[in-house]
Amino acid sequence: MTDRHPRVQDFATDFDHTDAAWVADPYPIWDDLRQRCPVAHSDRYGGAWLPVTHELVSEVAYDHEHFTSRSVVVSERRPGPDDLPAPIGVSPPISSDPPFHGVVRRMLLPAFTPKPIAALEPFTRELCRELLEQTSGKKTFDAALEYAQHIPVRVIVKFLGFPQEDADQFRGIIRLVLEEVDLPPEEREERFAAVDEYMDAQIEDHRARPRDDLTSFLLEAEIGGQKLPVEHVRGTMVLLMIAGIDTSWSAIGASLWHLAQHPEDRRRLAAEPGLMDTAVEELLRAYAPVTMARLVTTDFDFHGHPFKEGDWLLLPFPAANRDPAAFENPDLVQLDRVRNRHAAFGLGRHRCLGSNLARMELRVALEEWLARYPDFELSDPAAVTWSAGQVRGPRRLPVTILGGDG
Amino acid sequence: MVGHTTFSVHVDPDKCQGHNRCYSVFPDLFELDDLGMSHEVGAGLVPAGQLSLARLAVANCPEHAISLIEAREAQQ
Repeated sequence: MTDRHPRVQDFATDFDHTDAAWVADPYPIWDDLRQRCPVAHSDRYGGAWLPVTHELVSEVAYDHEHFTSRSVVVSERRPGPDDLPAPIGVSPPISSDPPFHGVVRRMLLPAFTPKPIAALEPFTRELCRELLEQTSGKKTFDAALEYAQHIPVRVIVKFLGFPQEDADQFRGIIRLVLEEVDLPPEEREERFAAVDEYMDAQIEDHRARPRDDLTSFLLEAEIGGQKLPVEHVRGTMVLLMIAGIDTSWSAIGASLWHLAQHPEDRRRLAAEPGLMDTAVEELLRAYAPVTMARLVTTDFDFHGHPFKEGDWLLLPFPAANRDPAAFENPDLVQLDRVRNRHAAFGLGRHRCLGSNLARMELRVALEEWLARYPDFELSDPAAVTWSAGQVRGPRRLPVTILGGDG
Repeated sequence: MVGHTTFSVHVDPDKCQGHNRCYSVFPDLFELDDLGMSHEVGAGLVPAGQLSLARLAVANCPEHAISLIEAREAQQ
């Protein structure tokens, strides 16, 4: 997919987050831009900006006047007149602006607090054990494809109350939304329509047979005494599925990629189980998967840069997390890092709704993996591949189990 | 006369976005409402010997929403 665009020569003036160099290793690019810019520009995607310091990323995240969340995935197509108008956006509340954003978000928040998420932990743990059991006897296997990718998709499918056997087909949908951003707009439209069709069938099924899951929760939810319009329910279901799958898959994969290469960290986690809380945060900081996006709402000067209405802005929380002005030795993974105000789940009003779910999945996935495979390494570091676009994580991660096979 | 120093924490409700890091680090000192927004338990007094845990909670808030307040009480 990176072939559709010419290779980037200078990321300061022509950046592209689907470029092979960015996909392979974005950290040196961000370091370089932090020294030189620190706001890069590109004419690609119809015009886009990229701030790379923690300070500027925070400033944009808190600024709802000059930036809208109406579209949060940069593609060749901006939201048009056929899309739901702001402030709702196509997938509320991620695509909503205040004050509507706050209303929708408050409706959803109770479903994502630690208590309801803890109720999903036994299912998640059992799932991890089953997946690991299926690797039994293998000396070498792909930790991204055979382990990490199955965990969040099956958990969110359970959470939404869709049939478990549908889990596999969602991964194609997610690829479409998050990775294949440079497809021709008509082709993207067509494939989005298929997603809507699936959601509509689920909505109908849940209307006929309400149950204790997130889909029924959304169908019952009211704002101002009114049930939600079907477009709103559908948009939020698509959002929860997309936002909840690729992201956690990436975080689990990247953490295993790190642990495969750092035996001292594996030993430490085994010896000090109490370290898991700060370790999970540090892995989230260092390998934060998610870059968000905003659209500029009005022409204005942003620190000397002529921002124009309708320009894209990439909001790279992973770059903010590697800023030496905000974190001591940012490129060093310190599992017991004390000062860690990382922005892996964003900052401000759009803080990731599913952060408790993501943390639970990552912690349980690592605990179960390390219990079964305390010693492992990358089979071939050159064989590891990373996703392109705004969610970064390993998509091929061949590992070799050391010692017994558990 | 040796003064007695106490510490307390306070969550700024206008800044808290419900990351839940403080609650995760120190669940006895912070509590969550139905929306997952955090508040200090009672007056937020940090129990003796647990200052480092309180500092960890403060230093892990992405929104800079928690302040640690030091108070010196004169002892007779």
